[in-house]
Amino acid sequence: MKKLLILSGKGGTGKTTVASAFVKFFDNYIFADCDVDAPNLHLVLAKENKPITNDFYGLEKAVIDEDECIGCGECYNKCRFDAIEKMVTSFKVDEFACEGCSVCHLVCPVGAVKMIDDVAGELMLYNKDMIFSTAKLKMGRGNSGKLVTEVKKQLPADTSERIAVIDGSPGIGCPVIASISGVDFVLIVAEPSLSGMSDMERILKTANIFQTKVAVCINKYDTCVEIAQKIEEYCKDNNIAFVGKIPYDKSVSKAINAGKTIADVDCKARDSLMNVFSNTVSLII
Amino acid sequence: MKIAILSGKGGTGKTFASVNLACVAQKAVYLDCDVEEPNGHLFFNPQNITKQKTTVLLPEINNDKCDGCRKCVDFCKFNALAFVSGKVKVFDEICHSCSGCFLICPQKAIEEKPKQIGMVQTGYFNNVKVVTGIMNAGEASGVPIIKDVLKMSDDDALTVIDCPPGSACTVMESIESADFCVIVAEPTVFGVHNFLMVYELVTLLKKPFGVIVNKVESFENQMKELCDKNQINIIEQIPYSYELAKLTSMGKIAVEESEEIKKMFVNILEKIKSEVKG
Repeated sequence: MKKLLILSGKGGTGKTTVASAFVKFFDNYIFADCDVDAPNLHLVLAKENKPITNDFYGLEKAVIDEDECIGCGECYNKCRFDAIEKMVTSFKVDEFACEGCSVCHLVCPVGAVKMIDDVAGELMLYNKDMIFSTAKLKMGRGNSGKLVTEVKKQLPADTSERIAVIDGSPGIGCPVIASISGVDFVLIVAEPSLSGMSDMERILKTANIFQTKVAVCINKYDTCVEIAQKIEEYCKDNNIAFVGKIPYDKSVSKAINAGKTIADVDCKARDSLMNVFSNTVSLII
Repeated sequence: MKIAILSGKGGTGKTFASVNLACVAQKAVYLDCDVEEPNGHLFFNPQNITKQKTTVLLPEINNDKCDGCRKCVDFCKFNALAFVSGKVKVFDEICHSCSGCFLICPQKAIEEKPKQIGMVQTGYFNNVKVVTGIMNAGEASGVPIIKDVLKMSDDDALTVIDCPPGSACTVMESIESADFCVIVAEPTVFGVHNFLMVYELVTLLKKPFGVIVNKVESFENQMKELCDKNQINIIEQIPYSYELAKLTSMGKIAVEESEEIKKMFVNILEKIKSEVKG
């Protein structure tokens, strides 16, 4: 089974719209949502089902026992994450800033720092009529890369399915890097704006570090045909596969708001996306 | 006064709102904390740019002193160290620079060396000081760069903090010092779902906040319903318009191009000011 990851760099360009329609076009029953910070794929593809859920444990977090703390400030001085707050006579850990390195635990001369388990998110697996792996990171938590890796691990390795569609997250950092690792193909959904183009270049650079095969499509290309043109030229000049463009279409947000994918509605955006889909598939297989 | 602009979902218009809000203030500092994909500078095209490197400390092993006790490898919670063919190997990208290995090494065989992970660029556009954090491709965490960006705020100017999307650690860091948060949300099923996450975040941090509903196609929408039901303050509803989308796509600052939009942002800023005072 090949893994196709949908990315964009910039947020809100249409990753989930594209990913959900691809799942329907494939009649695909194995897919995942790696945007653990703001997952949305389940809103259109698994409305009626209930997933199996599991707690996701991040690194342990430090807690200071107020009664044992002698107020020496060693933890405060050594913490690199500004996670220790000065109280009147003792010190306290800010659970959101704490990255769980346990340096405070190491340096405390009286053993007042304890490391405790921390549920950093929830892993979900829908396995009725489909295998859909997704997760939700708890607010303010780091370690999203590790959770993304867990989401991918929930997908079966041996299957007759040819391609699994994976929805990615915006940006180029930790969760994106974790989602790129081990996938066969990345489709970038670009937006025709200066911001969209700049972000596309940054995500291409990141994908290149991992030597992953990529292709680019443009969503809502007619909101700015000038920059859409520039993106096409950029791809041509840099030997990046360009697999098509999708027009702005009010039917898209209507479909999403009705809990449907755009593959379910007859509209011009669907027809263009179908074209992007077949071009992408021919590059993967 | 410091205003943080955030959104759960990407692409709702954080940068659009931040840039225009900074432009209508008498004097402003625009801080781009979306260090993975910073875009504000594309609108401002700031002049007289100065650059400052952001570095983190990474361990370097002195193999002459290392006796292979592996205490550092066992200590590292991030698995950034491994013992390979008799030597300690450091995986730079995974290291969180906590300095635990340096502290625990009994042989003093570990030294910490700075490594650049990005930079902070400062420049000027009219009344706005434009500060941009830029993370290098391939790096995992932009938090140290965000910290450097936030240091550049100015007490006698309006500080506008353009946050990364989502509600993860990077966002937490960005809004910590803010006096007021503005959540930019889209009136779609995805928009509402992601709005609820940041709503939870600002509520938890006890930050006063208001909502800008952007790209509104009908004023009776799911975001409006949700806000009315929960008595959430809607500062403004901005209708979707092709002209506005086009201006923004081309990197134009809307308040510089349209009197109508300028009025709207002046009004938004006034509302926020009175909320903060109130």
